[in-house]
Amino acid sequence: MKSFVFPEFHIIRDEAKCGQCRGCERQCAFGTHTYDPVQDRLISDDYKCAGCQRCVVFCPKNAIEVRPTPSPYRANASWSREKMEDLKKQAETGGVILTGCGNDKPFRIYWDHIVLNASQVTNPSIDPLREPMELRTFLGAKPDIMEVKTDNGDVEIRTKLSPNLVIETPILFSAMSYGAISYNAFRSLATAACRSGTYFNTGEGGLPKEMREKFGKCAIVQVASGRFGIDAEYLNCASAVEIKVGQGAKPGIGGHLPGEKVSAEVASTRMIPAGTDAISPAPHHDIYSIEDLSMLIYALKEATNYEKPISVKIAAVHNFAAIGSGIVRAGADIIAIDGLRGGTGAAPKAIRDNVGIPIELAISSLDRRLRNEGIRNRCSIIAAGGIRCSADIVKAIALGADAVYIGTSALIAMGCNLCQKCNTGKCNWGICTQDPRLAGRLNVDIASQRLSNLLQAWSHEISEMMGGMGINALESLRGNRDHLRGVGLYEWELEVMGIKGAGE
Amino acid sequence: MDAVEVDATNLATRELNDRLRDLMLSGVEKVVLRNVCGQRYIGTRLYTPEHRRMDIEIYGTPGNDLAAFLFGHNIRVHANAQDGVGNTMDHGEVVVEGRAGDVLGFSMRGGQIYVRDGVGYRTALHMKEYEDKKPVVVIGGTSQDFLGEYMAGGIVIVLGLGGKPHKGNFLGTGMHGGVIYLRGTVDKTQVGSQVEVSPLNDADRAIVDHYVSEFILRFPELGLTKEDILKEEFIRLSPKSKRPYVKLYA
Repeated sequence: MKSFVFPEFHIIRDEAKCGQCRGCERQCAFGTHTYDPVQDRLISDDYKCAGCQRCVVFCPKNAIEVRPTPSPYRANASWSREKMEDLKKQAETGGVILTGCGNDKPFRIYWDHIVLNASQVTNPSIDPLREPMELRTFLGAKPDIMEVKTDNGDVEIRTKLSPNLVIETPILFSAMSYGAISYNAFRSLATAACRSGTYFNTGEGGLPKEMREKFGKCAIVQVASGRFGIDAEYLNCASAVEIKVGQGAKPGIGGHLPGEKVSAEVASTRMIPAGTDAISPAPHHDIYSIEDLSMLIYALKEATNYEKPISVKIAAVHNFAAIGSGIVRAGADIIAIDGLRGGTGAAPKAIRDNVGIPIELAISSLDRRLRNEGIRNRCSIIAAGGIRCSADIVKAIALGADAVYIGTSALIAMGCNLCQKCNTGKCNWGICTQDPRLAGRLNVDIASQRLSNLLQAWSHEISEMMGGMGINALESLRGNRDHLRGVGLYEWELEVMGIKGAGE
Repeated sequence: MDAVEVDATNLATRELNDRLRDLMLSGVEKVVLRNVCGQRYIGTRLYTPEHRRMDIEIYGTPGNDLAAFLFGHNIRVHANAQDGVGNTMDHGEVVVEGRAGDVLGFSMRGGQIYVRDGVGYRTALHMKEYEDKKPVVVIGGTSQDFLGEYMAGGIVIVLGLGGKPHKGNFLGTGMHGGVIYLRGTVDKTQVGSQVEVSPLNDADRAIVDHYVSEFILRFPELGLTKEDILKEEFIRLSPKSKRPYVKLYA
């Protein structure tokens, strides 16, 4: 059937600069560029271009430019180009539109409507280059009361403490499974996490056996509805276990890794036969209530000898704060909440773009709810979904989070340009693919260095912002909404976040 | 070595499992638990990097998630079991001299479970297999609805002993791997739309033959011979497609 969809990108090749090296042809897994030996020139097919900019960056002569095409349709506020073309694709195939990355729709980004405080005159700001800044954070349950015994200046903690994760900076790598991302990308995250004193999350695709000894200590392993790759060894090699209930990019639905992506290595890590679909059902079939969730939390605590904190990850949706309270009461040590703009390797676009609530609103409601119920100390909150810079992190913590997960930001650090073709498995940057030729393009040393650099840069910036506010420990910033003011927000939005308007 | 006896009276779940773990770490290989009453996760906390193994006999009724994540131990229950037996079990064996509750063998990837009587809903839900790991569940009685739902691997055998018909509905809903053998017949309306019902071939018969022998070996009190059980016909339920979602996307 002839497709009526127009190309999204236009490729402009400067023929005077092009040396016919065919590098672009090799770089593009979508088959955009082909060499025509008769004319001795390269031909580019706009229809195949994903807009990932790989050929542009790697053209030795800088001869290629890839530009988004303007809409070919008559302007129509209701029928945008995207709406028309998605509809056409569905008319041509009868299928669900799949996409990758996070929600790209213009929902209000609250980070950009919140400003931070700074010290002036009455309390001095702190220079982080001169003074110690405490970014170290402990994730897990804290006791209701701490009983201590002092003896000649020695302090002994009498209360039995729950296991906690220690992070040197309040940033963890979000769950991205081996299978969704390449081995090299997965290993880069693990390497950077270990080096930078934080944790990576394995997602639900298991943790390759050869990585366990070296990287288990900085791994949070996930238990999702598909229960792939899970045995006692997997659970015990890690520092924490996370039950994945939901994901911001696709709340309420499961996932499936198509058989094409289940290579021999992915299969052995997930412990399923190669080439079969790995289906993660929408719900955990043993969790239909808070009591059931509690049963799984304690099953995992039992399986790990009560030595590791158990996290529960949910998508931020309506009424989730009440569910969060239930999760704490069910025995979770950490709640991870994933907002509307959380990323994914593949999700139906209808779900990605329409389900869930912004993380900024979610953090504040959950934190307030748990405080009001007097159970905030029993768990830590990790916020995820739409963290783009260090200022977002400072705001997230001031709204009540203990730390943040970054997924998309980490991918961009490794080279991702958000072309949203993750679901095709043809990632030219070697990140979201299982094709050995493509995956080999991502160098673990370089990618992990880029990730560590990002963490270092953001940690410095967080210290600077805290210092400016006269705060020298993250502890004092947590839930400290006095340091935030809203600009251009409605009353209800200020109320939900518990912050004042600027000038107040 | 003689079996060590533990009286579970008034022990909380965690205390009982502490006791079991301590015994295993001290080198005990056989434990008899008396007066068990609803304690959960028995067998779950017995993973060690050196893969120690233990035989556990249970008198009384163990609670939910018996043998969850079980890593190679043998458990025999001289009574009924509750929900979640063998949840995400890896290897080992569980024998229940009675009936078991719902979601038995959920996401189980290896090992064997033998239940003398019937089982509840959603048995062998999303059961898997991988290389040499092929979980097996043999049920003496019958199952309730959603047997083998989302099943991705492994073998389930339902013997329907005692002359009761298979009343469960939605058998094999969403099934995309593995195989279920039922002794007797079911109506087409009882079976999920993804499932094909067929007679057994020789390879199937060899499998059923083998596990029926194992079953009667574990429950001599039934006084049955292999021939008694095998003289009735079995049917085979298997997935029509291993890729049920292949045509879903644009």
